[in-house]
Amino acid sequence: MPHRKEAGPVGLVKKKFYTFCEPPHEMALEGGGRLGPVTIAYETYGKLNRDKSNAILILHALSGDSHAAGKYSAEEPKPGWWDNTIGPGKAFNTDRFFVICSNVIGGCQGSTGPSSVNPMTGKPYALSFPIITVGDMVEAQRHLIDHLGIDRLFAVAGGSMGGMQALQWAVSHPDRVLASIPIATTAKHSPQQIAFNQVGRAAIMADPNFNDGDYYGKTVPKDGLALARMVGHITYLSDDSMHEKFGRRLRGKKTLGYSFNLDFEVESYLRYKGDAFVSRFDANSYLYITKAIDYFDLSLPSGALVKAVEKVKSKFLVISFKSDWLYPPYQSKEIVKALMVNGVDITYCEIDSRYGHDAFLMDEGEMHKIVKNFLENVAARNGIAAPAGGS
Amino acid sequence: MRGSRIDYSVILDLVPQGTKVLDLGCGDGSLLAELVRTKGVTGRGIEISEEGVGACIAKGLTVLQGDIDEGLRDYPDRSFDYVILNQTIQAVKKPDRVLSEMLRVGKKGVVGIPNFAFWRMRLYLMFNGRMPKTEFLPYEWYDTPNIHFCSLLDFDEYCGKNAIAVERRVYLSTDRGGRVLKGARPNLFAESAVFLLSRRG
Repeated sequence: MPHRKEAGPVGLVKKKFYTFCEPPHEMALEGGGRLGPVTIAYETYGKLNRDKSNAILILHALSGDSHAAGKYSAEEPKPGWWDNTIGPGKAFNTDRFFVICSNVIGGCQGSTGPSSVNPMTGKPYALSFPIITVGDMVEAQRHLIDHLGIDRLFAVAGGSMGGMQALQWAVSHPDRVLASIPIATTAKHSPQQIAFNQVGRAAIMADPNFNDGDYYGKTVPKDGLALARMVGHITYLSDDSMHEKFGRRLRGKKTLGYSFNLDFEVESYLRYKGDAFVSRFDANSYLYITKAIDYFDLSLPSGALVKAVEKVKSKFLVISFKSDWLYPPYQSKEIVKALMVNGVDITYCEIDSRYGHDAFLMDEGEMHKIVKNFLENVAARNGIAAPAGGS
Repeated sequence: MRGSRIDYSVILDLVPQGTKVLDLGCGDGSLLAELVRTKGVTGRGIEISEEGVGACIAKGLTVLQGDIDEGLRDYPDRSFDYVILNQTIQAVKKPDRVLSEMLRVGKKGVVGIPNFAFWRMRLYLMFNGRMPKTEFLPYEWYDTPNIHFCSLLDFDEYCGKNAIAVERRVYLSTDRGGRVLKGARPNLFAESAVFLLSRRG
């Protein structure tokens, strides 16, 4: 058994890059397009063991990136987006496992996406970037995993869009994933989910600065992108968590303003979230990635999920949250059912959290405990060695 | 729960080595973990509480959080060798449905039930005029999760009328740390029983 010690931070980390699929060997995309060269930005935490069997690939959600844990410098104000979950002694225990997180293709944090320069034209791709899918994201990650010399991943894990990738990995590469942990996710996007994404895309495209996506080096469509993020943010919270977080509290005033200026705490929070997002995210990436998840339907081509997952060999830990109305538990149960019918070794847990969809990112003690115990047991049962100098 | 579980050791004896077992309402997974450890079974559990599911995962068990009342309908016919329902039937909303489903999904069923006709229960009701409480069933009438009690005779009669074959009956007493009862009138003297069932015909 791995030794137990106090959970701690992973410390300083570095973003790395891997480029592949140089022309004329471009990556063939599911939607028919081709992409190359492809660069993937990634980070790693912990150490690979001798037989390279202890790697966990962390898969990020819509607005995430490769910076899942640690800090780039001591001055960085906030650590990576899943820092509460990845680290020594944490759910993804870096004393024990080699944790990898990469930015999806189509993204804007170092991996090839619409804001990258198209080597053919010397200009950013913008909307000439090909349509990508969750399957394409996974295919690009497969190149990275090959490059790292990892034959079989010990685990793949992620929430929301990350969960879709965790599912896709187990379906596309049944022999290369020992355990899959899809969290707060679905096997196919529902009309409600597509609808919210479409509102976000419409907001971006309606921005006067959008200019058919050709805004690089000019004024970016920041109002549209901020609005898209605001809508998104509402869907990540729950009624309960909004009551708790904001109530009807006023922002910076004691009485109602009786004007269209911001009155309520919740209004100013959404505005802040929207504005903060604009400084770190590309509007075109938002279009491409939301489209990729809208296209996600693991049951294709047959339409029968039970059939689509019949080659899966990985063990599964599926987690949903009771108050998540964006990716409600029934969607996780559909995944569970299809896998169970195929005799997959699957554990399902529905966590009674009040934080809505965001629960998977919050400091959820229960989720952490479950993930940690699950991984420790699967590792022990499969003789996954700790890295040298580790436990 | 009591420290020494005579019902566990009876069930461990009933379930053969290396079989595929589904434990309905597996709680913290103690019995299932024992079956995996000593009998090398392929074990699966269904448990309604998040706490129970968490405890099962910590034991390395495969468990689905779910309500057995909502059904085993997703499980194919005869996909398990043994389906266990231990000290759970009294807490389900539709025991008849659960029994019939467990004998569809499993080739055999193992059902452990408390006996409401146990002599202490009878005396408690007779002399106190109140709903019986025991060490094992300590709840008040208004907060008990146990909503369907029966006696051993009731259960046997139900099986007879519903094409369920009772292959074994093991009667248990909690006296002296728990023991198997061999004597007459089990419906009076057994505090609980374990039945090995299969679908007749």
